[in-house]
Amino acid sequence: MIAANTLPDNSGYVAAAYLVFLALLLVYVSIMAIRLARVERELVELNADTEGRA
Amino acid sequence: MYGKGLRTLSIATALTLTGAFALALFYAPMDADQGFLQKIFYLHVPMAIVSLCGFVAGGVFAIQHLRSGDRRHDLRSYVAIHMSLILGVGTLVTGSIWARASWGHWWLWDEPTLVSFLIVFLLYACYQPLRFAIEDPDRQARYASVFAIVAGAFVPLNFMVVRMAQQKVHPRVLSASSNLPGEMWLVFIVSLLGMTLLYITLWRYEMAAKNVRGQIRKLRRRLGADVVAGRSAAPQ
Repeated sequence: MIAANTLPDNSGYVAAAYLVFLALLLVYVSIMAIRLARVERELVELNADTEGRA
Repeated sequence: MYGKGLRTLSIATALTLTGAFALALFYAPMDADQGFLQKIFYLHVPMAIVSLCGFVAGGVFAIQHLRSGDRRHDLRSYVAIHMSLILGVGTLVTGSIWARASWGHWWLWDEPTLVSFLIVFLLYACYQPLRFAIEDPDRQARYASVFAIVAGAFVPLNFMVVRMAQQKVHPRVLSASSNLPGEMWLVFIVSLLGMTLLYITLWRYEMAAKNVRGQIRKLRRRLGADVVAGRSAAPQ
């Protein structure tokens, strides 16, 4: 209650805008992490392939 | 090699952007008219500027692609436009949040700045479907480059036309008549620098990721493994 009284006007909107930016970044990083996992899987497969040939 | 120096760049980006937001919230003076709400501009305006510059950069890479025929420039153009679209989403959403608080509406159709940015965004939203619609990789790259050049030329034209428009409801942060105090300018410049660094960092991350996937595909081919060549909007 005290915190709400001391916050400036429209602080909710400002926080929302900055959180949207943070969320965008997080979504992007998550997509990159998924892609990285796929690349790692492909590399493991390739490694197994080359070891099988040797 | 796009991964070279990426760690230093990432640290510099994180520090600059965090510093910029801290300055915006705790150092920049309160705007006499908008109050605390004006703090959104230290995020929204740099994001819009970098997004539009990224679209133009996509056009410049596309010119290099058409001049040289080097497919790496096509990939650079594709990634530049991709990154700008992401920042474009951020610009539209944060702008809407500001509009709701300031004007009482999430969106105004008679405001040239808003509508023109949406037009640019929607124009570029057609870029990936265009690529996906063309199966032949050479033709896809060529057509996409022509699109990127034409659309890239439209961006500064669109910006100038909006500036010349009579409507003055949307605030102007950068103009000859701007009397922004020194502290606000400083914070704005740091925010713009941070956003530019973020764009460059993400662009290089994406380029490095695409490069690694390309190398793996090449390796697979060399080993005689089956490479599924499905239709893709991204340059191969």
